[in-house]
Amino acid sequence: MLEKEKLNAELDRKLLSSVKVEDEVWKIDSDGMHYKDLNSLLRAISSNGAKKIEIHNVCGQRYIGTDLDREVQIDIYGTPGNDLGAFMNGPRLVVHGNAQDGCGNTMNEGQIVIHGHTGDITGHSMRGGRIFVRDDVGYRVGIHMKEYQGKKPQLVIGGTAQDFLGEYMAGGAMLILGLTLPEGERCKARFVGTGMHNGVIYERGDLLELGKGTRIMNVGKRDMQLIETLARDFCSYFDADYEKIMNAKFRKIVPISKRPYQNMYSH
Amino acid sequence: MKNLGKMGNIYDDDKDFSGCSIFGMMNVEGKRFSPRDPVKAIANMHERGNGLGGGFAAYGIYPEHAEDYAFHVMYLRRDAKEKVDKLLKGNFEVTLEEEIPTREANVQNPPLVWRYFVQPNKRKPANQTADDYVTEQVMRVNMEAGNAFVFSSGKNMGVFKGVGFPEDIADFFCLEEYEAYIWTCHGRFPTNSQGWWGGAHPFNILDWTVVHNGELSSYGINRRYLEMYGYKCTMQTDTEVLAYAVDLLMRRQQLPIDIVAKILAAPLWSEIDALPPKEQHLFSALRQTYGSLLMNGPFSIIVAHHGEMIGLTDRIKLRPLIAGTREDFAYLSSEESAMRLVSPTLDRVWYPRGGEPVVGKLRSREHVELLKVVEAGK
Repeated sequence: MLEKEKLNAELDRKLLSSVKVEDEVWKIDSDGMHYKDLNSLLRAISSNGAKKIEIHNVCGQRYIGTDLDREVQIDIYGTPGNDLGAFMNGPRLVVHGNAQDGCGNTMNEGQIVIHGHTGDITGHSMRGGRIFVRDDVGYRVGIHMKEYQGKKPQLVIGGTAQDFLGEYMAGGAMLILGLTLPEGERCKARFVGTGMHNGVIYERGDLLELGKGTRIMNVGKRDMQLIETLARDFCSYFDADYEKIMNAKFRKIVPISKRPYQNMYSH
Repeated sequence: MKNLGKMGNIYDDDKDFSGCSIFGMMNVEGKRFSPRDPVKAIANMHERGNGLGGGFAAYGIYPEHAEDYAFHVMYLRRDAKEKVDKLLKGNFEVTLEEEIPTREANVQNPPLVWRYFVQPNKRKPANQTADDYVTEQVMRVNMEAGNAFVFSSGKNMGVFKGVGFPEDIADFFCLEEYEAYIWTCHGRFPTNSQGWWGGAHPFNILDWTVVHNGELSSYGINRRYLEMYGYKCTMQTDTEVLAYAVDLLMRRQQLPIDIVAKILAAPLWSEIDALPPKEQHLFSALRQTYGSLLMNGPFSIIVAHHGEMIGLTDRIKLRPLIAGTREDFAYLSSEESAMRLVSPTLDRVWYPRGGEPVVGKLRSREHVELLKVVEAGK
């Protein structure tokens, strides 16, 4: 059992009175709490060794989980604010509701699971870790995702996306399932992959309208292995039907060139 | 700007960056409600503003003067009032004038704010509509009086705005005294123009109001175009052109909102080229005719007038907007959390597509549906 007193030196009593520990689960009531206080609280609690945290009554607090760098599961009830999990490096965030814009901004490691929808620029500049969204996402999702050596971010969208999906994408993998669409209907996502120069977008069926500089290809064996892993995890988080998801033709969208704008620069 | 850090930045960050916040709430049965929820919602997006502007538009607040134009006037200097009184009394029958009730609040340098309930007098030319006459006189006061600005001029509605956070502006104007069936709200983070009382949102002419998050790089060309129709921009802020543009297009030229959306947030030429010939012809004609009313730059806006609340973003959605409904209420917001704070459950909640208007309409005005998402060009 963790010593609540240890935290006293770091946090004022007012914040601590919003925290309860039950069965090794740290429960925070964030009603009316400023995001900076909430994030200090998370930092202090997780660095004191908490493994499971619940935050209740969340309503618009920004940057939840930012810069946390250890393995801790944080369950969020309510509507977290912009840049959920920004720069996060290890935790697992589970949102029981919808998230807003900039979810997973530049996250480095860890996982975000959203039982609902997210807004624009989800996965913005993501450089590692995984994001699973049960329903739809907004504009410019996965903009400038990137990869380096072993770090390959993954983003799975259960529903549909809006325009500029994977804009300037520089690495990592995205999987879009279209499960919220009526049979045979496509996403209204135009300009997909505009400026993309690395990484891959997998679509289930014919969902997306491609931007310039991208092409569509059939998936290979390795692609299918990755799709199966992601789909299996998606189903385990959201209780979805794996057979139904896999009973479709998958295709991949990749960039034509590694340097699409080289003609626009003199060097 | 010296106090910016103190007002918006309680933790003293060395960099303070944000965007404006917009929020709209409408009862589609026309039932009036207090500003408690709208103020709570806009205050929840406190981080998006910096205390250099906040404001509200409220529809249905003056039922006892429903047929009079309600002028809200701010006097930056006391002597300006004499001139305005003269101008107003010369051109209108003033049925009632009074100071707008205010109280001490956390706002900066409040001006004197006054309201007049008026009807055009016999000086109105017979061939001019009352609305056109009022528009002309409002422009005149704003240009001629100096240090006096009519910031609200519609019937049975009013704008309340100033320099401060929206929740403080609500406090200053004693908003809890009013009830409206549409409330639109704004928290400001000025980028290219100064924070002053006239520059706060909403912007208004007659009963048209606009709150805006973003910036209009086309302000110069829009302003020159609108001048040809008698609109004088005096508020030193880009958003002012939007209020006059919707008045011109929707009131004077009677264009429907789905067409107006295609003027303000015109489809890209590449999109027009891909449309069927008839639509291609229509959208090209709109771009050619109204090129100067294209709003260039990122924006999300809430436009309101009696009976309608409209949300719209630029065509590639560079600013946030989310819509929701719950029973008889329609909501528009920069962030979902603000809606959830006042309505934890929603019947429907969605992110509108760029350039496509979301319209909340009064049920009684023959439009039966609660919300119509216009998806032209689908």
